Amino acid sequence: MSKYAPLGGSLITRTTVIAGTLVAIMAGLVLYRFVFGLGAVTHMSNGYPWGLWIVYDVMIGTAFACGGYAMALVVYVFNKGEYHPLVRPALLASMFGYTLGGVSVIFDIGRYWNAWHLVTPGYANPTSVMLEVALCIMAYVLVMWIEFTPVFAEKWANAETKRKINKVLFVFIAVGVLLPTMHQSSLGGMMVAYGYWIHPLWQTDLVPLLYLISALAMGYSIVVFEATLVTSVYKRPSEGHLLASISTYILWLLVAYLVIRWADIAVQGKLGLVATSGRLSVMFLLENLLLGLPVLLLAGAARRAKAQIQFISAVCMLAGAGLYRIDGYLVAYNRPGWHYFPSLGEVMVTVGIIAFEVLAYIVFVKRLPVLHAAASPKDNQRAPHLAATTNK
Amino acid sequence: MNDDILNAIEKKLGVSRRSFLQLCAAMAATMGLPKGAEAAIAQAIASPQRPPVIWLHFQECTGCTETLLRAEHPTLDKLILDIISLDYHETLFAAAGHQIEAARKASMTANKGKYLLVVEGATPMKDGGIYCKIGGQTAHDLLVECAADAAAIVAIGSCAAWGGMPSTSPNPTGSTGVPVLIKDKPVVTIPGCPPNPYNFLSTVVHFLTFKKLPDLDDKGRPKFAYGRLVHENCERRAHFDAGRFAQEFGDEGHRKGYCLYKLGCKGPETYANCPSILFGDVGSGSWPVGTGHPCIGCTEQGVGFQKPIHALAEVKSVVPPASYPRIVEEQGEGMTFGSAAALAGIAGLAAGAGATIARNLGKGGRDDHSAGKE
Amino acid sequence: MGLSRRNFLKGAAAGGAVAACAATATAPADARENKALPPKAVGLLYDSTLCVGCKACVVACREANGTHPEFSADEKLWDSPLDISGYTLNVIKVYADGTADHKDQEKDGFAFVKKSCMHCVDPSCVSVCPVSAMQKDPETGIVRHDPSACIGCRYCVAACPFGVPRFSWDTPFPRIRKCELCSPRQAEGKIPACAEVCPTGATLFGPVAALRDEAGRRQGLAAGQVTTFARKTVGSSDVHEKAIPTYVPHIYGSTEMGGTQLLMLAGVPFEKLGYPPLRDRSYAAESETIQESLYKGMVGPVVLLGGLLYAVHKHTKNDHEED
Repeated sequence: MSKYAPLGGSLITRTTVIAGTLVAIMAGLVLYRFVFGLGAVTHMSNGYPWGLWIVYDVMIGTAFACGGYAMALVVYVFNKGEYHPLVRPALLASMFGYTLGGVSVIFDIGRYWNAWHLVTPGYANPTSVMLEVALCIMAYVLVMWIEFTPVFAEKWANAETKRKINKVLFVFIAVGVLLPTMHQSSLGGMMVAYGYWIHPLWQTDLVPLLYLISALAMGYSIVVFEATLVTSVYKRPSEGHLLASISTYILWLLVAYLVIRWADIAVQGKLGLVATSGRLSVMFLLENLLLGLPVLLLAGAARRAKAQIQFISAVCMLAGAGLYRIDGYLVAYNRPGWHYFPSLGEVMVTVGIIAFEVLAYIVFVKRLPVLHAAASPKDNQRAPHLAATTNK
Repeated sequence: MNDDILNAIEKKLGVSRRSFLQLCAAMAATMGLPKGAEAAIAQAIASPQRPPVIWLHFQECTGCTETLLRAEHPTLDKLILDIISLDYHETLFAAAGHQIEAARKASMTANKGKYLLVVEGATPMKDGGIYCKIGGQTAHDLLVECAADAAAIVAIGSCAAWGGMPSTSPNPTGSTGVPVLIKDKPVVTIPGCPPNPYNFLSTVVHFLTFKKLPDLDDKGRPKFAYGRLVHENCERRAHFDAGRFAQEFGDEGHRKGYCLYKLGCKGPETYANCPSILFGDVGSGSWPVGTGHPCIGCTEQGVGFQKPIHALAEVKSVVPPASYPRIVEEQGEGMTFGSAAALAGIAGLAAGAGATIARNLGKGGRDDHSAGKE
Repeated sequence: MGLSRRNFLKGAAAGGAVAACAATATAPADARENKALPPKAVGLLYDSTLCVGCKACVVACREANGTHPEFSADEKLWDSPLDISGYTLNVIKVYADGTADHKDQEKDGFAFVKKSCMHCVDPSCVSVCPVSAMQKDPETGIVRHDPSACIGCRYCVAACPFGVPRFSWDTPFPRIRKCELCSPRQAEGKIPACAEVCPTGATLFGPVAALRDEAGRRQGLAAGQVTTFARKTVGSSDVHEKAIPTYVPHIYGSTEMGGTQLLMLAGVPFEKLGYPPLRDRSYAAESETIQESLYKGMVGPVVLLGGLLYAVHKHTKNDHEED
């Protein structure tokens, strides 16, 4: 029997109803956008041609979805089998994060009917960082669904099929580690071409490295975040010891990130800007505060073992790295005379996408063998009970 | 104004009271005076005390005097016989020679400090000013003599204003304008070749009415007449703004009345009210640009008679500014209440939920039941 | 439990092979140089001191490109675009300071300036476009946009250092628009519409080399010296005479971002006219240098993949047997 099992329980709960409503609002807004154009729903303009949708749904959304990548890296590359229970839920979240990031790009690009040009060699422009990002993300989405096939297979396929799938799966796992390494760095690399539009505190040639490191740290953070949440919400046994060692990775990745970031700024003689850039100084310091706090919190092994510390650190890390991306592409992107703040429509579409992600995650963990079944039978029985009580 | 005065005017000027009040209103309008000013003007003109005027002619073509002949309100005869007391004017006087010079001297003595001196033409200064003499006196001597006791001086025409056509390079006679030569008295300049008669008449009437000269610009020109560029009030301005130009004389654009800038129109660098008050009292279009010829900038020192007619004008002013975008325009849409509220709500919700979970974790209660958020 | 610090750092080093490449990206040895001006490059010379702000170029551009007027005032009487946009490919802007009395004077003066595509020698828009919709003509150097290829991602809009490509936001079927130097008109043997109609030759068309010479000639003459200025095309017989103004001693576009095919002269510092000082090295070159060092021949990714395949295969064997 599999180590994983569906959670079970009713799909109609208060949470799923709220999420469903938000998804419906998003659908309406997206329809409106396709009929009346991007300007009708968004505040994007010729001065801010990329808005919340690209920066949240793609830049941050996919980085949040790096859990699968981060866990695959430790489990399959560094052979830390003990983390196995965390791989599937992380992969599931990654799969949704990336898939929806990819889908939301279709809302965002103006001439979506030409989107197939991205995968048509005749149109390819090899110098474009964005092409690399687009191809990598599309390929990675595909790879993740393939990586996830054992889950479907366990539910619906026979043993023979499962065996065959498992035999070739290592190839996809390897590619599934390579692709995010490439595009998570390139998501930052796209910024280099922006040149002087981006404030010097964010504009550097090392931005691909910073994006890669922070994406990995976000991946581990989201694993901690989700595991804590699922444990807390579905009353499952604690995976605290695993999360503590994962928090160690977050700690060292953050140290690496902060050292590189500050050293780069210092070497380029831009330290003065940290204090003299007005509003941007505030954003920069807030960002570094959010990323520095987890370092302090996680520094001691004893503190690291506490679930509360793990959770707060993960949240700070996610917020800080998210802010780093928002700052880089929106706040520090400054064209004279131009203003941008996301419209309600943009916000609601992004909220709708997150809601869809939550909805799909709930459906999957309740119906498919995603979560580790190491728990006692009591837990499996309690889960439906909990679902029922929250179903009002 | 009472009937007696008006009756007196009727008798004196030989015009109906209706025509007379129309004249006064027209003067007030030319000078842009406020409502009610026409009454003051009527009073001033009707008064029996006519101001004495001495009119000198130097290096000129008499075009300025000629242009006065074309004035309709009032006509020249009314002006010189009834409104002012023209005591000396070489063109219009029947007398000549020593007789007229004697008349000038007599008037200057009798009206010391009260007469108005009008100068038409440039004053040659080269070689002791020998290039223009009247009654054996050089123009400069005459000017200095007459200016000494004048109440005010009006330099009519471009020649008197700054040297005008005679001063065109290489300026062989050293033609010079009045403002350069007379420094101790206010000098009004009415440049133009010829100047618009109403700009002169209105200045005189202003002096009569208010006993002082109208507001002047830095070149001594009355602001009511020279305050704006020809370009600003030009009837063809719309074509300039839309980029429609006559490319050459007689082409399609020229026939359609397009902007004459490319043919050398100096309207963009010339201050004058030509497009507003026109010439000759014959209705619309009766000014150079209206008839299809580019403005030559005759009222503007350094432009008229100086720059080639085909040379392109320098743009003097950026008006109207509203039709040009600034270098940096505020664009794009900022924060709205809805989006700010939504984001604040989400942030608050997330922070609240996060804090709740963290607190529950802090209790060490992974089995705690209260974390009801999915 | 978990990884030792040593192991973790070892792993991070291996996993960050690509990251390590990023660090070498800054090594000047394999830096991608700025591109060179195509041999038959054509462009425009815009002399702000000659411009009288008549906007004939804006009107002619609309006619030539079939764009409609845009209004920034409530009364929709006059074509009054605030800036170039998805419907406006060139615009004349005004700099005004204080009393704005004197043309081409920084203090208390005013100046006109044109905003349109600079036709960079090494354009960012071409470098960043994922689907090759932005192309630089190898002969004339004109940067053109092909809407049939474009996916509307607006990376070009965001990345252009001059903020030139613009998007139509108010339609479900939008497109990118920018000045293409009237390529269709040039194919008919005509010159760009803006240069054709300019009454003063403020916008002058011609080969970039000749335009550079002409700009140099103007700057070489003493202020106040009367000289001839050609209209329409550099070296044409349609000339007018005018005194040389006091120029800012720089030809904008001669070095900025590796040079542009639209050159500018002005009497007011370019920064005040919305043209900031820019370095010589193009951002396209910088961005591509990083990309090339990471992905040249896909060697880095392939080596990394090899290592990953080995490691994953080795470490998933147990899983297979378990199942």
